[in-house]
Amino acid sequence: MTDAALPRRQPFALRFPSVMIFLAILALFTVGVTILSEGFGIGVISTSFIKTLGKTLCLCLVALAMDLVWGYCGILSLGHMAFFGLGGYAIGMWLMYARTEIIVLESLAAAPLPPTPQEVSDGIATQIFGVVGSSEFPPIWAFAHSLPLQLAAVVIVPGLLALVFGWLAFRSRVTGVYLSILTQAMTLALSLHLFQNDSGLRGNNGLSGLQNLPGLDDVPQATVSLWFFWASALALGLGYVLCAWIVSGKFGSVIRAIRDDEARVRFLGYPVEAFKLVIFTLTAVIAGIAGALYYPQAGIINPAEIAPIASIYLAVWVAIGGRGRLYGAVIGAAFVSLVSTWFTGGQAPDINLGVYTISWVDWWTVLLGLSFVAVTLYAPKGIGGLIDLITERKSPNRHGASLGPDQGSLREQEAEK
Amino acid sequence: MLRFAATLLACLTLSLPASSQQADAPIQQLLQSQSDLIVESSRRTIGPAIDALANSGLPAAQVVLDKWQLREMWVNTETGLFVYAEEVDRDTLRIFDFADGSLIGDVPDEGFEQLKPNSGIRGLIGTALVQFQLSDPDPDTRQRALDAIERGAEESHLAALRASLPTETDPQILARKQRLERLLTIAYGATEAERIEAIQSFDGDLGVDVRAALNPLLAVRVEAAEALPSDDDIGRVLEPGSDTLSRDDAYALLVAADLAKPRISVEDQRNALIANIADGQVAGIQVATLNSQDARDMAYAALAEQGTVTAVATEAEVDQRLANHVFFERYVGAPPEVVFAAKAALNAIENKVAINQMFDLSLDALSLASIYFLAAIGLAITFGVMGVINMAHGEFIMMGAYTGYVVQLFIPDYTLSILVAIPLAFAVTFGAGVAMERLVIRWLYHRPLETLLATFGISIALQQIAKNIFGTQARPLTAPGWLDGSLVINDIVSISYIRIAIFVLALLFLALFLFVMNRTRLGLEVRAVTQNPRMAASMGINPDKINMLTFGFGSGIAGIAGVAIGLYAKVTSEMGSDYIVQSFMTVVVGGVGNIWGTLLGATMVGFLQKGIEWFNPSNTLAAQTYMILFIILFIQFRPKGIIALKGRAAEA
Repeated sequence: MTDAALPRRQPFALRFPSVMIFLAILALFTVGVTILSEGFGIGVISTSFIKTLGKTLCLCLVALAMDLVWGYCGILSLGHMAFFGLGGYAIGMWLMYARTEIIVLESLAAAPLPPTPQEVSDGIATQIFGVVGSSEFPPIWAFAHSLPLQLAAVVIVPGLLALVFGWLAFRSRVTGVYLSILTQAMTLALSLHLFQNDSGLRGNNGLSGLQNLPGLDDVPQATVSLWFFWASALALGLGYVLCAWIVSGKFGSVIRAIRDDEARVRFLGYPVEAFKLVIFTLTAVIAGIAGALYYPQAGIINPAEIAPIASIYLAVWVAIGGRGRLYGAVIGAAFVSLVSTWFTGGQAPDINLGVYTISWVDWWTVLLGLSFVAVTLYAPKGIGGLIDLITERKSPNRHGASLGPDQGSLREQEAEK
Repeated sequence: MLRFAATLLACLTLSLPASSQQADAPIQQLLQSQSDLIVESSRRTIGPAIDALANSGLPAAQVVLDKWQLREMWVNTETGLFVYAEEVDRDTLRIFDFADGSLIGDVPDEGFEQLKPNSGIRGLIGTALVQFQLSDPDPDTRQRALDAIERGAEESHLAALRASLPTETDPQILARKQRLERLLTIAYGATEAERIEAIQSFDGDLGVDVRAALNPLLAVRVEAAEALPSDDDIGRVLEPGSDTLSRDDAYALLVAADLAKPRISVEDQRNALIANIADGQVAGIQVATLNSQDARDMAYAALAEQGTVTAVATEAEVDQRLANHVFFERYVGAPPEVVFAAKAALNAIENKVAINQMFDLSLDALSLASIYFLAAIGLAITFGVMGVINMAHGEFIMMGAYTGYVVQLFIPDYTLSILVAIPLAFAVTFGAGVAMERLVIRWLYHRPLETLLATFGISIALQQIAKNIFGTQARPLTAPGWLDGSLVINDIVSISYIRIAIFVLALLFLALFLFVMNRTRLGLEVRAVTQNPRMAASMGINPDKINMLTFGFGSGIAGIAGVAIGLYAKVTSEMGSDYIVQSFMTVVVGGVGNIWGTLLGATMVGFLQKGIEWFNPSNTLAAQTYMILFIILFIQFRPKGIIALKGRAAEA
């Protein structure tokens, strides 16, 4: 078959209507929440719930990254929340530094002599690190004064870690469950390191007060939370388009092929390791960005956030939502994290069994674990699989190929006439 | 007049008059001569009084010190005579004479004042009493006296100790006395030769007391001079800015010795500048411009030129002064010859200590390795042999530990309860493992990543269930009494019995594993099913049954490991997750599918962790971090572990 016989390549949006539908729903959702919000609308939704929704959007973004690396490339990374946390730490360092700097400058302004740079720096360091018994800036805070540099760190630090780790792991052909355990070990090592007081990031105190933007004390949280909500929605939209674009082209075909049969792709001459490394690093960067948007809304970050369990929950979301389809990851993350908030927040009604009252605060994790087993066993497609029930009613587009195996069978175009 | 009336009153009211006390006995005279010091006692001034008593040679002196220390010495406020007394009731005293211990009689306590020495004075009295107690007929008293000397030795003890040596009959106490005598000779020996001989007699002795006796001899004082003196007692030469002597300290030394101008701290400089602000200016410099350290230095120098403040050294002067002087340590603890002998002895001891510490560390590492091995051996079966990733393995360990805890609730005897708990833990986790294999893992044999996730779901569910049942606080799993304590080899090397028990248990498990896998029908069938399930099935083996039993066996071993780990660590719902990553690491590092690999992996991980902890003892978190990093790197170079399977088995 020659190229001329192929139908003209349709625009990206038409080939993947799901992207357009997703963006439309996201836009609608954003506008709807804005109208109902306290900051700009009629005030039906509380500010704390706006924050929850904004955080959920960030979790959807990191789930998207997880889906790309696991659902499409077959690398079950149990360490992507480490990249998420690193992004949060990177932005948190600037937020904390800048806010403390303002406070210290204010308090030093009353002194009879104008402060020297050393005095300002000492004052900030004492404020930030007093809690871990130190009054000096560790070297990793060298760029904390600069927003652009820390924003760059949001991308560079997780990206670099993923690049080095991925390069080491992929070049020695560590695959499958071994790779999963190795990534889990990485995130465990990172969280143990950060738990130390002399790690330079305040040990298990973590970074706090991140919800207060420096210099914007006059702006109410209701407004700030909406800004972050919009930013999260924008990031999720852009991330979705980026991921959809990546998986749509030839690159996407190769990574899917790697997922299905790595050895065969290697024998076909593709540099499998390079493809995996690109995907691993790219998803780490996306996770870092998601983290940088998440933690200013959460207000606090500490090493417990990057414990291995967090990354496993990430895998749980993607699996429940349906891996191997982008909207599945988003649905899974949104559904599980919101339901989880509902159950653990004590809002779910307890069930009285007469002899024992099931309190959902205690039993929700059990339900989640068991439903996770059930999904893995009985519904490997996850929630996203429900959408197949609708789309599969329509016959698939065969791009004009014949409808049957016989020479004389109708071609698609003929049948449509 | 008043005194006469009081005496008269006393005579009238008492059956036996106080006048029968021997006021002229030597001990009473001695007490009277020190009366002021004793009554107005304070820790700083009491020394001569105690010394006078202790060195008087009077037999009654010991009684005095004894009663004084016990707060039973009273002084007659009228006559100033000292007695000892016991309180008969609230108002009445039964008083005794110090001179011969004879009863004087019962008197009302108004005329007497109790001497209440504070704890500092009691300590001094105790030290003085030691010399009497050293020859006491009661061995316990002698032992206590030796304890007192060990706690706080004094020069006077040496003579007392030596005097008591010939009369000592108990060989054990004699050995202790002789050792103490040599230790005291090191510190207080009269001649250098005597001290050096005592030092050399301790060559290679690992006792902490020897090091404690030798270290003060090496005390140094850092001094500075323009040129290095050629005295004998000069130790090493120090470089300013090194770890042992910082630049600031070195310069402070020069300032203290009046060899250099003082420096000023940033704080003091700022205060001086603030004190001299006039019309928004300091020495003609605008205050607003003083926002850098250089500007402040300049302003201060300007002030110094005006004579308002004292001039201070600039950085250049500091450097020059430091360069012009030499800094050295001078031994002040003992004469040079003694110091050199002590140094040689300490070096020898420290070498020996280092070797012993290495040995002790190895024992620690070995016991950590056996814990990792115990935690990992079940995994070596389910993951290593069957290739099933079981993330709930840690929860099986936890179930085993909680089984032990519950058994102890019902059986109070610890030995019996452990004996019951071990098979019960095996049974419980075997059942749980079989159930899990039947319900979940069976359907996922060809999808390892899904197995990982599904078993993880079970893991979080089990963890939360345990939390709901047992709460979040740690539960005790108490070891039997005969496992308490530790095997002490010397002052440095010791290992607790519980660790030895865990080590033995690990060896037992290894033997059990080897026996089951290599010597039983089950083991043969397991190996057959692992290598080729279809071929095994056609030979009449039921692979489903074998898989189920193997998984149950691995889980059961995890349960027993849980009991052992529970004895050593805390039992919480999260204890499983503490071990799961390390367990997988152990199996992966060792090489999947080979029990010897797991053994090597556990040994390596255990030794590595202890080794890293040795470099940085205060920080176990860092040790774990570096260990994981090391393992990640190790897997780069040996992706299949220490012992890699070869041939067909490797492909399965």
